[in-house]
Amino acid sequence: MKRISIDPITRLEGHGKIDIFLDDQGEVANAYLQIPELRGFERFCMGRPAEEMPNLTARICGVCPEAHHIAATKALDAVFHVDPPPAAKKLREMFYSIFFATDHTTHFYALGGPDFVVGPNAPAAERNILGVVAKVGMDIAGKVIKMRRDGHYLIKMIGGRPVHPNWGLPGGVSRGITEEQRQEIEKLGRDAIEFARFSLELFGDVVLKNSEYVDLITGDVYTHKTYNMGMVDENNRVNFYDGKIRVTAPDGSEHAKYDPNDYREYVAERVEPWSYLKFPYLKKVGWKGFVDGQDSGVYKATPLSRLNAADGMATPLAQEHYDKMYETLGGKPVHHTLATHWARLIELLYATERWVELATDPEITSKEYRVLPTETPTEGIGCVEAPRGTLTHHYTTDERGLVTTANLIVGTTNNNAPISMSVKQAAQGLIHKGEVNQGLLNMVEMAFRAYDPCFGCATHSLPGRMPLEVNLRAPDGSVIRQLSQYVD
Amino acid sequence: MTESEKTSGKAKLALYWAASCGGCEIAVLGIHEKILDVAKAFDIVFWPCATDGKVHDVEKMPDGGIDVCLFNGGIRTSENEYMARLLRQKSKVLVAFGSCASEGCIPGLANLSTRDDVFNTVYRDTPSTENPDGLRPQPETKVPEGTLHLPVFYETLRTLDQTVEVDYYLPGCPPEAERIWDALTAILSGKLPPPGSVIGATTTVCDECPRKRTEKKIKKFHRTWEVIPDEETCLLEQGILCCGIATRAGCGALCPQVNSPCIGCYGPNEGTEEFGAQLMAALASVIDSDDPDEIERIIAEGIPDPAGSFYRFSLAASSLRRAKRPSNGNGAQPAAAQAARTGESH
Repeated sequence: MKRISIDPITRLEGHGKIDIFLDDQGEVANAYLQIPELRGFERFCMGRPAEEMPNLTARICGVCPEAHHIAATKALDAVFHVDPPPAAKKLREMFYSIFFATDHTTHFYALGGPDFVVGPNAPAAERNILGVVAKVGMDIAGKVIKMRRDGHYLIKMIGGRPVHPNWGLPGGVSRGITEEQRQEIEKLGRDAIEFARFSLELFGDVVLKNSEYVDLITGDVYTHKTYNMGMVDENNRVNFYDGKIRVTAPDGSEHAKYDPNDYREYVAERVEPWSYLKFPYLKKVGWKGFVDGQDSGVYKATPLSRLNAADGMATPLAQEHYDKMYETLGGKPVHHTLATHWARLIELLYATERWVELATDPEITSKEYRVLPTETPTEGIGCVEAPRGTLTHHYTTDERGLVTTANLIVGTTNNNAPISMSVKQAAQGLIHKGEVNQGLLNMVEMAFRAYDPCFGCATHSLPGRMPLEVNLRAPDGSVIRQLSQYVD
Repeated sequence: MTESEKTSGKAKLALYWAASCGGCEIAVLGIHEKILDVAKAFDIVFWPCATDGKVHDVEKMPDGGIDVCLFNGGIRTSENEYMARLLRQKSKVLVAFGSCASEGCIPGLANLSTRDDVFNTVYRDTPSTENPDGLRPQPETKVPEGTLHLPVFYETLRTLDQTVEVDYYLPGCPPEAERIWDALTAILSGKLPPPGSVIGATTTVCDECPRKRTEKKIKKFHRTWEVIPDEETCLLEQGILCCGIATRAGCGALCPQVNSPCIGCYGPNEGTEEFGAQLMAALASVIDSDDPDEIERIIAEGIPDPAGSFYRFSLAASSLRRAKRPSNGNGAQPAAAQAARTGESH
């Protein structure tokens, strides 16, 4: 049997490696996405003081440390049985919205966007942020740099550091904001809303007005009918900071809506000997292998999943675009993986609107941003939506507040099985009779780029391209043919 | 000057990540538009995060063909070790970039347990794991279509300089973008300190902290969740375990400015290698007691996890290195470190 190895997929949270096996007819027999890295946080968090968790677990990912920091902080509220004052919750959610907007911006402009804005068939050397600039104008670069700079500046202002903040505590946060800071946060937030609207206009002009791109989005190669997961507020609107977890079935019906404290009843993780990363699935449906459909417990937790699992957006401008997306793509749920890019921009707009809502909340500058816990620490679960999926932290402690167990289900991990399936599907759509063409590289890349996988580094890659190398191997392992993404 | 330098006229730069979180890469991007200056000044020959990441291209380079390699991440797996050796061989100057490469960082706390502990926790004991067959990731797995390979997860996490020889260190988790820019400027101008040096400040975080200090005398340590410190006074004087007193400057005392203690991510100050010992000595001088029993009680009550609190970022680099060396360990034995330096294959 022939084998195609794609190695390395550069990454943030571990290198990725894809092996595609061809049968004797040269058709794709199977594909494996392997994550060859583990650091073991769940083990070495044991024995540490619980209050260290927001800082320790931030080091799981330097791209989304804010997500771990806030999930851990929420888990600490529960561990210490303390309810933070309203201003603390609002400050955390505002901080989190700023982070979300910054992160989604990076993904769209550096990574996901180039495929569409420059075009999936454009030369690899142009399919990057510089290509986006060349196509739509120099002032875009300025806008993107300003958006990211403002985001990191505010994250540092509020949370202490631009990467790995040191701010969250059980019962609140370590410091609030002044009126002067509030005004600056609001001003930059209003700029951010305009930036998000502009980004959606750009998507509309460049992608939606091009039928070739729309066909690509809605084509079979990128369609998976899986369950969808996302956090919702009391009105079933998308929320990143707090709420219940809603899971909808491939046909759009509600499979479950549960309190994050009950996650163990709904989610289980499978171990495969060929990857260090586990494969979560819906426990009540069960693991049926790497397949989609109503009978398979495989689910997705992506921007598109969140929109599918919710009834709408909690802010007006984002809601308009939510309606437009479903109208354009033929109603809910949307199973086209590439529509995730559109969903991400709608979330970007929501995040910026929420940022300004909170920055103009009369309570946001309150000095009541922290209460001290008084009860003995025990156990707690903290859950947020990370940009790349539902993030769950679960700790138990002894009576001194030293961690006795820690369980972490991180954003990208939710999507481990669907990413593998998308890669296999793209390969099956492209490889026939042993013939591999250059297009495979970008098509495979696009399949998992839509998930913005944290081990797929490229999220935050500067030129926004992912180096891929495909080796077509004979059964003895020798390389028959080699293709690479970047031909000089 | 090498042949390739003559061709491009630029110094060749490589950036790599081993067992890390990606925060160092984000910090590099945090220099914003100056990244364009970097692209002008350097020929970036290898940076998996941003450019073509083909390892075999590096393998084909002549020894010393890379002028400067900024290497972040610790050495957790056989793949990390392979890349460390390869990049050492190909680089004239190898910089341990950030806390993981320099001192092991948070992932180095795994050295308080064994590989089996880590695997059993992650793949067996965690409450959402369903693993009735007791499977563990394997270096080699036979699947119906062929064999799949994974790198070996080592018993002990090592720092970069426990694996290969390192020329310079850039501290921080992650290093602040301004310090990265300072280091790149120093490299460009050739104004580098003697090999083996840390590129950074020689003072402590206390020296750049705006809080008011008087005489430090404390009778009790408080956990951060137990008290709301005032925003003006030195946190250590308020009984909070702030690591600034033993930590190298460079961040600008960012954490104390949001009313949180320094957690020591810039590592030990100039002239000390053992962060934990230095911090403990500093604390002992602050405790308002001459009675050894009382001192012990004050520390035990207020600092319930001394290993994690004193060696949060530096356990792997410390003389402790790990909790208990298992008999079948393949970690930081001197022989392994020596083999790595001489370039023997593992």
